[in-house]
Amino acid sequence: MLVCKSLSKTFYPGTANERRALSNVSLNLRRGEFVVIIGGNGSGKSTLLNVVSGAIRSDEGRVYIDKQDVTFTSEYKRAAYIGRVFQDPMLGTAASMTIEENLALANRRGKRRGLGSGVTRAERALFKEMLAPLELGLENRLTARVGLLSGGQRQALTLLMASLRDPKILLLDEHTAALDPKTAAKVLEISLQLVQEHNLTTLMVTHNMGDALKFGDRLIMMQEGRIVFEASGKEKQELTVTDLVNRFVSVGSEVLC
Amino acid sequence: MTDVITGAVALGLVWAIVSIGVWITYRILDFPDLTVEGTIVTGAATTAIMITHGVSPLLCLLASFAAGALCGLITAFLHTRLKIPALLAGILTNIGLYSINIRIMAGTSNISLLGSRSLIDTFMSFITRVAPGGSHSLLARFLTFLATRNMTTILIVGIGVICVIALSTWFLRTSYGCSIRATGSNPDMARAQGININMSKTVGLMLSNAFVGLGGSLLCQYQGYSDVQMGIGCIVIGLASLIIGEVLFGKSSTLHSLISVSLGAILYRIIIALVIQAGMQPTDLKLFTAITVALALFLPTAIIQVKHLRGRLRRRHDAGL
Ligand SMILES: Nc1ncnc2c1ncn2[C@@H]1O[C@H](COP(=O)(O)OP(=O)(O)OP(=O)(O)O)[C@@H](O)[C@H]1O
Ligand SMILES: [Mg+2]
Repeated sequence: MLVCKSLSKTFYPGTANERRALSNVSLNLRRGEFVVIIGGNGSGKSTLLNVVSGAIRSDEGRVYIDKQDVTFTSEYKRAAYIGRVFQDPMLGTAASMTIEENLALANRRGKRRGLGSGVTRAERALFKEMLAPLELGLENRLTARVGLLSGGQRQALTLLMASLRDPKILLLDEHTAALDPKTAAKVLEISLQLVQEHNLTTLMVTHNMGDALKFGDRLIMMQEGRIVFEASGKEKQELTVTDLVNRFVSVGSEVLC
Repeated sequence: MTDVITGAVALGLVWAIVSIGVWITYRILDFPDLTVEGTIVTGAATTAIMITHGVSPLLCLLASFAAGALCGLITAFLHTRLKIPALLAGILTNIGLYSINIRIMAGTSNISLLGSRSLIDTFMSFITRVAPGGSHSLLARFLTFLATRNMTTILIVGIGVICVIALSTWFLRTSYGCSIRATGSNPDMARAQGININMSKTVGLMLSNAFVGLGGSLLCQYQGYSDVQMGIGCIVIGLASLIIGEVLFGKSSTLHSLISVSLGAILYRIIIALVIQAGMQPTDLKLFTAITVALALFLPTAIIQVKHLRGRLRRRHDAGL
């Protein structure tokens, strides 16, 4: 479903600030596969996700989504195939717009936006139905501005928006990092539900070793812009946090968060 | 005195249309657009040259609307394609428009509508014609009351303002309108939701400047002339109306904001008319406007500070100090 072929990216090349964020990263996700990425700060995880979404263009390499070469497709066009949740809960939604308007914006991803009503009656009903299982009470606040919601509520909403229109790929970049532990667990639970329900091909970045081990079909560890360790299936199931920490120590001297 | 007030309301309604244009860029797109200072003149100049050549005043409104949209398109091009920062893009268009506006006015820096018939003149003479002369019936008295320049302007431009508010409210609630609002509110989110933000910024800038061009046309028809200098300070007047309106009348929804901004524009004109009446030098008006806007911008902060101060005093009081 997602194929990354030897992606490389250097920020500020040829200057004192030169930063190699990705070097020769190749990755292949099957349809419906759930891949978890871990790695120290600055190891290139976000850059990889940004290259996949088109927010950043790689210097070398190619990106294919569902066999289609999207390497040079602009971010907004690629959005038709991609759902994203950012680390910062403020980034995923438009604060000055209502809950239903935000959802409707997402529901038109990849479709023509014309002069029809911004939120249709059918959509309103659909959104109510989708929000209810979250048990956050949002289904009764469709016309409330999103700016009034808490970070956790906004993140849950962003997740719903990302999973609307069944994206070919779901990108989650430390999307629970800014939340308190209880809310983080709830948002993570919602993520897993949505991923399962829609059988979404998912790339999730996390700093939580426990989550990384518990969830996903495959685990990838990145360091200095490279994939330094991969485990899937039985091998992944038998991994422990200590194993991972040892891996971190053995591949470098990075600080763990 | 009545004349002063009706004059202020008439002018305020014209400026309401300009202010709604400013509101679209400033509030919806989060784009501080300085193009408008040139756009309002382009609207006025287009109308002046066409009316003096005998074109129907209604057609002039349309032409000025379109000319305004074009001005917005230029700024949008500079910003989205050439990647020039918003403020600078607006300033560049504005400066360039100065020359273009003089060209539109056939090389002169002002055109008087004397001897031509504006929309207001046409409507006034229409009312005078249908008014049954000499009769003292209620209808006749009402029609004579309407047949002044100010009242006619209030009637015509009032309808115009209602149309502009209706059009904006409707458009901003459509699917495309929502994508423009998302672009202004959170461009990262907009892109992630598949919105071409260069396009939506362009459409927003065009619509905003089209309204300003329309305002310029009406201003020209009301004042009876177009002058290449008439745009100076226009952005500040627009912002003054916007802020006075929002602070005094609220902004809970798109429609609510638009009505507030229009009322703000009228109120602002009444204030200006009153201070002139009270003897202020017309040349001091710009300073007065600048101070008013600064105070209005400070007001929300001031309210918060007063609340904090009160809270602190109460706590000190409760602590028995
Ligand atoms: N937009 C940018 N401009 C310049 N340098 C960047 C940019 N984005 C990332 N970098 C650099 O690229 C490297 C990889 O950053 P990236 O954000 O991908 O790391 P990360 O693995 O997501 O880290 P974290 O866990 O802290 O989020 C870092 O050295 C960073 O400084
Ligand atoms: Mg990151």
